[in-house]
Amino acid sequence: MPETVATTDIAGSFPSRNLSRVWLADRVFAVAVWGSAILVTGVFLWILGDLVRHGLSGLTWEFLTTAPKNAGRAGGIAPILVSTGLILAVCLAVSVPIGVGAAILLAEFSSDASVFGRIVRRSLDVLAGVPSIVFGLFGNALFCKYLGLGFSILSGGLTLACMVLPILIRATEEGFRSVPRDYRSSAAALGMSRTSTLFHLLLPAAVPGLTVGLVLGVGRAVAETAALIFTSGYVDRMPSSLMDSGRALSIHIFDLSMNVSGGDRNAYASALTLVILLLAVNGVAAWMADRWLHRRITSPT
Amino acid sequence: MQARFLALAALVAVSACKGGDGDAAATPVQETKLVVTGSSTVAPLFSEIAKRYEQKNPGMRIDVQTGGSGRGIADAQQGLAAIGMSSRALKPEETAGGLVGTPIAKDGIGIILHKDNPVKALDREKIVAIYSGTVRNWKEIGGKDAPITVVNKAEGRATLELFLVYTKLKATDIMASVVIGDNQQGIKTVAGNPDAIGYVSIGSAEYDAANGVPVKLVTIDGIEASTKTVTDGTFPLARELYLVTKGAPSGSAAALVEFARSPEVSDLVKAQFFVPSPRPVAEGGGPGAKPLETMTPTGS
Amino acid sequence: MADRILVWVLRSLAAVAGAVVVLIAVFLVAESVPVLREVGLLRFFTDASWHPASGLYNLTPMLWGTLFAMGGAVLIATPLGILSAVFSRWYAPAPVRVVYRRLVELLAGIPSVVYGFWGLVVLVPLIGKLHPPGPSLLAGIVVLAIMILPTIALMADAALANVPESYVRGAASLGLSRWGTLRGVVFPAAKSGLFTGVILETGRAIGETMAILMVAGNVVRTPDSLFAPIRTLTANIALEMAYATGSHRSALFVSGLVLMAMIVALAIGADLLAGKAKVHAHA
Repeated sequence: MPETVATTDIAGSFPSRNLSRVWLADRVFAVAVWGSAILVTGVFLWILGDLVRHGLSGLTWEFLTTAPKNAGRAGGIAPILVSTGLILAVCLAVSVPIGVGAAILLAEFSSDASVFGRIVRRSLDVLAGVPSIVFGLFGNALFCKYLGLGFSILSGGLTLACMVLPILIRATEEGFRSVPRDYRSSAAALGMSRTSTLFHLLLPAAVPGLTVGLVLGVGRAVAETAALIFTSGYVDRMPSSLMDSGRALSIHIFDLSMNVSGGDRNAYASALTLVILLLAVNGVAAWMADRWLHRRITSPT
Repeated sequence: MQARFLALAALVAVSACKGGDGDAAATPVQETKLVVTGSSTVAPLFSEIAKRYEQKNPGMRIDVQTGGSGRGIADAQQGLAAIGMSSRALKPEETAGGLVGTPIAKDGIGIILHKDNPVKALDREKIVAIYSGTVRNWKEIGGKDAPITVVNKAEGRATLELFLVYTKLKATDIMASVVIGDNQQGIKTVAGNPDAIGYVSIGSAEYDAANGVPVKLVTIDGIEASTKTVTDGTFPLARELYLVTKGAPSGSAAALVEFARSPEVSDLVKAQFFVPSPRPVAEGGGPGAKPLETMTPTGS
Repeated sequence: MADRILVWVLRSLAAVAGAVVVLIAVFLVAESVPVLREVGLLRFFTDASWHPASGLYNLTPMLWGTLFAMGGAVLIATPLGILSAVFSRWYAPAPVRVVYRRLVELLAGIPSVVYGFWGLVVLVPLIGKLHPPGPSLLAGIVVLAIMILPTIALMADAALANVPESYVRGAASLGLSRWGTLRGVVFPAAKSGLFTGVILETGRAIGETMAILMVAGNVVRTPDSLFAPIRTLTANIALEMAYATGSHRSALFVSGLVLMAMIVALAIGADLLAGKAKVHAHA
């Protein structure tokens, strides 16, 4: 990387007082940066290590493919994995179109001073702070009772979509903002319509932002407990349709660790399963972004 | 990418519709669905009972949801659920509204200390002193020199109400260092703190103590805290778990309630560390149906 | 023509997003009305304590609990998260970069119960050894900070990535040190993304329920030290909602409303700050 070579070399070869202070600042900063990375890695390994230590023994093929028995202390989590997947699918199916659409509007079609844009943006900030349990109660009132969906995967997915929207929209919006103005001016100069500019030029360029939004959003959705207890429910049967109630993985972990005596080991195993699934999902997201762009989202550009 | 997601959404929607139709067309037996909501203490037990019932009665579908005793009772009252689960006895205003509670299991509340705490027995006086803040250090009652960490349950919980009846304290009198929600949180808090005292379900504490968790149940007023003493009724702090229905149980709910009280599910009750409650159904399900000394909150 | 349709479609989608907030606010107000009518709003800040069963409704200690927990967590997580992103972009060797990024992404998806559980069985006893009882403001801050870190780290990462390479190359050609480049060129250019990241992480910190419920002690008392147990407004709702009826339930919704008011105040503050920032920087 060009900057690595240039700066420290230049800074090191001039012994004047000003530059040595700069050199010191650089060193201190580097220590801070490495220190943070080590701290974060350390914490993560601590938590993950705990999960692995207590849960690995429970993570068998049988665990992943059979239904829970004895209140979850025995048996497996197959129906729960299916329910979780369905809830996530509903959440994404609803939140991605709305989210990307709103993000496009905020980034492309409303000037920074537009009232509508400001109101929507601030509403999203408020939405981002609403407690998960309020979402659960709200989702219960709106989707389960008012719209008559009852305790169902659909209700759960829709409630999660509401929770995930602000993250998705804001991250995608940032992605659009990052596209250089030149792109848009060039497209206009070439006579492309705004719609065409959007779909062929800007969306692909904003994919990294969208991916971050998706990863954060999916992470938030899968990690949710309080919102789902009141909407998609507690039933651990294999769901046969979206209108069935289905227990999400996070709720299962909660029940096993906090409500059922002796459920700890399977709680850990379930948590470990969740972590592995997330790894897979995030990996797929990165790969998709990569393929779309022909460049990796971890590149320095 | 948008197109792909829309396609996925369409696929999911289609399969959802197909799922519904498929059910109606393929299953010859009429499916009856019962919704049961309420206490998260009762939910794991009733889930298992429901599963066994479904196996014996194909065509029955029982959906068990949590949300708390309050919700269970409210849902039963409003007809949103066929049966409500409650971990406390019904209050007079609730039975006046026509609700009937059928007990299906008994649960004792025991005081737990950390395994390494030298104190092995307590009596009502000491417990009251500790919880009201009069005694703040273990050495005052024969333990080591360490401040007592008092663990109390959140307001509204049946366990707390039972404890208040036993200690004759008011909720505002208790000086707690930590407030917890579920049993397991209480057990884990005490397990992580050598100077803590708390009260939880006896069954859970027994199981955990026997499986390596560093907590122990203490004798209260000379009576040992165990599922045995709860079963024979000698232990003073016990409460029942109820199934609440509007009016006496009727229709498909009645068969389910009967099944839940029958000896066929005693093993399930014991597996959840409760004690089977083999008593006849009584209208009102409140103190009137009680024999002798089990204490139930008479409605605060 | 297609452009106009597009704008209207997008407007309606954005409006849906905005509408959700309005619906939630309406819901909270509707559920709070019963107790507000009975008791009035002032008592929620002036009563002797929080004991709804006895008709006492003071929310102030819990408000402080929420503010301190959130403030502490954001204070810790923001620098750590931004430095994390800087590490991943400029200081990490290539193979480490991918692994580190996966790691942070994973942290974002771990359920709050897992964090809470870990906090309860690992962190709290540790803190307890230091200073009893263990469940405390400190435990809450640490767990919250860990939970919101991925949000700011990933957003910062994306923001840093969006700084045009020409800026960085220009700075290098001018002889700026790495710290100088970051401080003078990159951070200002990435300001918008960093700001969004801070807002999202603050929102997450305020809204977290399960994990803080498990580790912070839940005693309704204004905290007087880092080791004092606290109850946040969110934990309060989660703890008592299951068993609350009538006025008690309504009072819990009032606490939800107070929480929303706090978030709205923060959002308005953010809006003003963003407005000022836009005046200064015209990217």
